[in-house]
Amino acid sequence: MIAVFIRDLRLALRAGGGFGLGLVFYLIVIVLVPFGVGPEAAVLTRIAPGILWVAALLAALLSLDRIFALDHEDGALTLLATAPLPLESVALAKAAAHWLTTGLPLTLVAPFLGFLLHLDGAAYPALILGLLLGTPSLSLIGTFGAALTIGIRRGGLLLSLLVLPLYVPTLIFGAEAVRRGAAGLNTTVPLMLLAAITAGALAILPFASAYALRVNLR
Amino acid sequence: MLRVRDLACARGGLPVLTGVSFEVPAGSALVLRGPNGVGKTTLLRTLAGLQPVVAGSIEVRPEQTAYASHADGVKAQLSVAENLDFWARIYGMSDSEAALTTFDLVALRDRMAGTLSAGQQRRLGLARLAVIRRDVLMLDEPTISLDQRSVILFNTFLHDVHLARGGIAVIATHIDIGLNAPVLDLDPYRAAADAPGQRDAVFV
Repeated sequence: MIAVFIRDLRLALRAGGGFGLGLVFYLIVIVLVPFGVGPEAAVLTRIAPGILWVAALLAALLSLDRIFALDHEDGALTLLATAPLPLESVALAKAAAHWLTTGLPLTLVAPFLGFLLHLDGAAYPALILGLLLGTPSLSLIGTFGAALTIGIRRGGLLLSLLVLPLYVPTLIFGAEAVRRGAAGLNTTVPLMLLAAITAGALAILPFASAYALRVNLR
Repeated sequence: MLRVRDLACARGGLPVLTGVSFEVPAGSALVLRGPNGVGKTTLLRTLAGLQPVVAGSIEVRPEQTAYASHADGVKAQLSVAENLDFWARIYGMSDSEAALTTFDLVALRDRMAGTLSAGQQRRLGLARLAVIRRDVLMLDEPTISLDQRSVILFNTFLHDVHLARGGIAVIATHIDIGLNAPVLDLDPYRAAADAPGQRDAVFV
């Protein structure tokens, strides 16, 4: 399992691995927002929590179809399915590698991008903590969606349609935590709900992904 | 020992083969023949446990089998040695050096697999089999895109290393790869269109 994780990290970091894809996308979207809505600080401060989370969601979505599609195309997935390694742990290792190359970098740059959007100073702890707790669920749900759509050529559209509705709870609680933080309210409840979504996804989705993979590999 | 009795298999909701029976004792190989689409790959995938068995039985310890498909699963952005080390770790093996020598890949060990020729990539794919040391190998067209010298390398591995160790190999191939092994022609086992294994069978 660790071998799969290390291999995926190595593949992501090498040329053509798509490591910077989500990160650069996130950067560009956030930088473009002030051009679109105007430089008025009051407006930007109001929409910043939502924009920061929606853009993080889309950035995570961007690299999902690579999770299994590349391994499926070159036959490695079939070989992994016959290897003495449960597919559940393959799915978990791939979700973990996806989070480390997408979710974690997004979390780390979000504070700097919040600055560009005049995010209220009190909201930063909730933003960082929320992304840290919430982005693993994005990777886990995305891995499940990718497992469902491996058999389909250019399955990106179907993948987005399947995965985006499942991202809604994470988005709602994530943005809510930042908004509450900005207003100086208690952020414990939305952060706990984010953690609950991630814990639930971690418990269930590796098994669901492995089942979907087995059916799709037949 | 690999024993198959009255095996029926299906692919994509279509019955492909019925009544396939054969035995392969330890230390020997079986070559599968038959026209395109007769079900050689389907049979191998069923033996490897990738497809469900429709009817009949397969007697083999699943933890002994390994499958090699048309596609090698070689990662273009990893070097030859990294590719092999990955599979060695997955199968809990430590030594991939011997496999590099067996398949004449020592000089290429630090090259990125993406820069190899098709035949060299195939050799790398076959070297995986030497690394993982499974007893029962299901090989789907192992010699495709190999030159004559590499075919000899592969045969040497199969004979002197794998079969000599008491291993078993089931090989689907169109060309004569110069292997002294019994041949099973799958043409007589073609399934009728209404044989079990259809997608809707459970609903009828």
